[in-house]
Amino acid sequence: MSAVGELSQILSRGRNRGPREKHPDNRAGLVFMAPWLLGLLGITILPMLASLYLSFTDYSMLAAPEWVGLENFQRMWGDTRLHNSLIVTFTYVLVGTPLQLIAALLLAVLLNQGMKGLSFYRSVFYLPSLLGGSVAISILWRQMFGANGLVNQFLGALGFTGMPGWVSNPDTALWTIILLHVWTFGSPMIIFLAGLRQIPQMYYEAASVDGASKVSQFFRITIPLLTPIIFFNLVLQVINAFQTFTQAFVVSGGTGGPSDSTMFYTLYLYQKGFGQFDMGYASAMAWLLLVIVAIFTAINFFVSKFWVHYDD
Amino acid sequence: MTDLSVTAPERSGTPATTTSAEDVPVRRHSRHLLRRGLKHVFMIVASLAMIYPLLWMVVSSLRPNDEIFRNPSLFPLSFDIDNYVRGWSAQSFEFSHYLMNSTLLVIGCVIGNLFACTLTAYAFARLKFWGRNIAFAIMLMTLMLPIHVVIVPQYIIFSQTGWVNTMLPLILPKFLATDAFFIFLMVQFIRGIPKELDEAARIDGCGHFRIFFQVILPLMMPALATTTIFTFMWTWNDFFGSLIYLTTPDNFTVPLALRSYLDTQGASDWGAMFAMSVLSLVPLFLVFLFGQRFLVKGFATTGIK
Repeated sequence: MSAVGELSQILSRGRNRGPREKHPDNRAGLVFMAPWLLGLLGITILPMLASLYLSFTDYSMLAAPEWVGLENFQRMWGDTRLHNSLIVTFTYVLVGTPLQLIAALLLAVLLNQGMKGLSFYRSVFYLPSLLGGSVAISILWRQMFGANGLVNQFLGALGFTGMPGWVSNPDTALWTIILLHVWTFGSPMIIFLAGLRQIPQMYYEAASVDGASKVSQFFRITIPLLTPIIFFNLVLQVINAFQTFTQAFVVSGGTGGPSDSTMFYTLYLYQKGFGQFDMGYASAMAWLLLVIVAIFTAINFFVSKFWVHYDD
Repeated sequence: MTDLSVTAPERSGTPATTTSAEDVPVRRHSRHLLRRGLKHVFMIVASLAMIYPLLWMVVSSLRPNDEIFRNPSLFPLSFDIDNYVRGWSAQSFEFSHYLMNSTLLVIGCVIGNLFACTLTAYAFARLKFWGRNIAFAIMLMTLMLPIHVVIVPQYIIFSQTGWVNTMLPLILPKFLATDAFFIFLMVQFIRGIPKELDEAARIDGCGHFRIFFQVILPLMMPALATTTIFTFMWTWNDFFGSLIYLTTPDNFTVPLALRSYLDTQGASDWGAMFAMSVLSLVPLFLVFLFGQRFLVKGFATTGIK
């Protein structure tokens, strides 16, 4: 079962889990868990609390944090660059993630039909998602969609000459990064492929005997049985997409330009925190991000009751 | 007749009961071949589109700059390693320096993840202790926690310990099992190891440490390989962490070195940038080539039951 599936089960099971468990391994547990517990406390929980505190302060690391109450959040309310960065990020998540997952699902279904060369195709489609987060690929993207880049060379060969640079045009820059995101559909595709393997062949055989077409088999057998995996991919990919940073940073040269069109939320947070050392404001932004991601995840979990089918 | 072959089951091979028994299978067979052929044509075109940018980058790294701006094709190859020569020493340190830094970072992170995540995973998968379910749920939740909500205080902590501009802030967290993805992967794997094995060892008088080291750990090799490969790839690619913590060029990792290319060269010397980009991807590509089945399995097992 997937991490997401298991988490939702533990959370929904709540406190009534039948007979009281015995804990014979308390001491060994503590020893084996020691690194993780230390990390949870020192690297996660304490910093989270500190970050929450800092979000109510003005702190530049030069002097002690100064309590300013809700001022950071009020600033966010009037910060149009921040609003813009939210729009950019939402566009990226809401357009890029569904496209990426649809591509992943379609290719997985195609690959699952027992074709020759499966492992070759699988590798080719998977490779970009392993490399896609690297600076090298972002550099490549910046060239490809530049004024003299690969894309315009192709368009020129087709007769479209004098095209502007895609990454230097505020209307198109974000879409080149969304395309990069869609290009990395390989990792959800692998998970879909593994899920498709689990669907018993006899369902399809029975449906064929009943005269169901391939299309209706896809919508009535494949999709319903795959919903837990679609859900898992959706939750993780949405969370990941909200945190996209490298691509935006490199493609825009760290500026989020042109005209803030690729100013992703995390890039703006980085600029505030580690460019201007406005640590209080950056912390407030981090908490807003956490709240947004949590809301999206909660919505995903809530809506999942209506479309995700677990067989147990 | 036609709709019969459209709905013809591909794998069940139920014989058609209508009309002449010789005619139908032959036609169905050719239809089948045609469809298969079309599928392959589609897959080949799609594959080419997917890797075209990568191939083009490799080819361009071997071309003089002015040709990069004129030539969208992969041919003709004018082999010219000048880009590599220029790129290798264009920064304040030679590229080998950054490769070495990245290698050290990767080694530290791999050891950390292998050490800490195996211990934690064993506890979650095999030990019964107070609060295990809650701890497990918390662990799964940290899988989804955006790093940004801890990065500012972490930075402050590490700057107060004087560790900024060293690799410690990037390596130490791995020794504290902060990569929940691998814990979950290993828990899944250990759950698949028959419990009878460690029960037998316990009857023989083994404690948990011996069971862990002598029974479970040797059986976990595929999971350890997966963890090593993923940690390698993610650490090698990590940009955000290095960008924050590594401040002077002598400590730069490969991604930071590539970034400084973009800063210093602007958009002028794509040849050299591509050359070093290709070099930066070579280790990833090799790991991908040799570790593929682990990578695929790793993704698959964390995704499904």
